[in-house]
Amino acid sequence: MERVPVLKIGDILLVSIQIDLQDQSVLNLQEDLADRIVATGARGVIIDITAVEIVDSFIGRMFATIASISRLLDAETIVVGMRPAVAITLVELGLSLGGVRTALDLEKGLRLLGVDGLAAGPRDRR
Amino acid sequence: MTDAGATEIPIGSGDDVVRVRQAVREAAGAAKLSLVDQTKIVTAASELARNTLIYGGGGHARVERVDSGLGRAGIRILFADEGPGIPDLDLALTDGWTSGNGLGLGLSGARRLVDEFSLDSAPGAGTRITVVKWGR
Ligand SMILES: Nc1ncnc2c1ncn2[C@@H]1O[C@H](COP(=O)(O)OP(=O)(O)OP(=O)(O)O)[C@@H](O)[C@H]1O
Ligand SMILES: [Mg+2]
Repeated sequence: MERVPVLKIGDILLVSIQIDLQDQSVLNLQEDLADRIVATGARGVIIDITAVEIVDSFIGRMFATIASISRLLDAETIVVGMRPAVAITLVELGLSLGGVRTALDLEKGLRLLGVDGLAAGPRDRR
Repeated sequence: MTDAGATEIPIGSGDDVVRVRQAVREAAGAAKLSLVDQTKIVTAASELARNTLIYGGGGHARVERVDSGLGRAGIRILFADEGPGIPDLDLALTDGWTSGNGLGLGLSGARRLVDEFSLDSAPGAGTRITVVKWGR
């Protein structure tokens, strides 16, 4: 079964979903993330869905669950990179993801968590 | 009735649900649906395929291209299972109603995401759901 890697960058956990995940893989990711939040004491989780073509009720519920779990574990979850077509579809499906914080892209998500991008990088990307 | 161009996909595992999504995505692209409409029909198909697996005990999906005769193309998907059937269709189509531990959004949400939706089910007689999404 596909396993999504969870990267640790400083005190942030970063997950980038790159493939179409079956439900069991989504549940595995949810468990992995909960374990890693506790194990690392991370204060932020970023789920990057830039490459994700659809969000249905199952994976949407995973975002909400991770957001609740991380809140209880004193961390904040931000879902970044949602495509406009996905947002439109989610609303019509009836899933508002009210408790989930979002940012338009990874950089903005990092900034929400107080990480100032790649400040030491050689180029200013804006 | 399986005309040429229809793709039949068995639904017996979580990987099959992914296969249904992929087949629908391909067919929706080939029928030149807009990106938003492709996203809607793939999302609806994902919900219905999961229901076929979980509640219907497995079954199959049939994905095919349809033409309106007025120059509009679209795709039609049938989901069929020989499971326990749905005793109360209105209840099952109510937002938030679930007999399991879902969100109860799959059926009602899928219906909103498509242009045509028909549901044929009775206790002991399995479930057949057909959806159509037309290009603009
Ligand atoms: N193929 C089916 N066979 C039998 N019962 C079904 C089938 N599809 C749906 N149902 C019934 O209809 C109910 C509502 O389905 P729906 O997809 O809306 O919600 P859910 O699957 O329970 O939750 P969600 O899809 O939001 O995770 C289900 O709980 C189930 O009782
Ligand atoms: Mg469902």
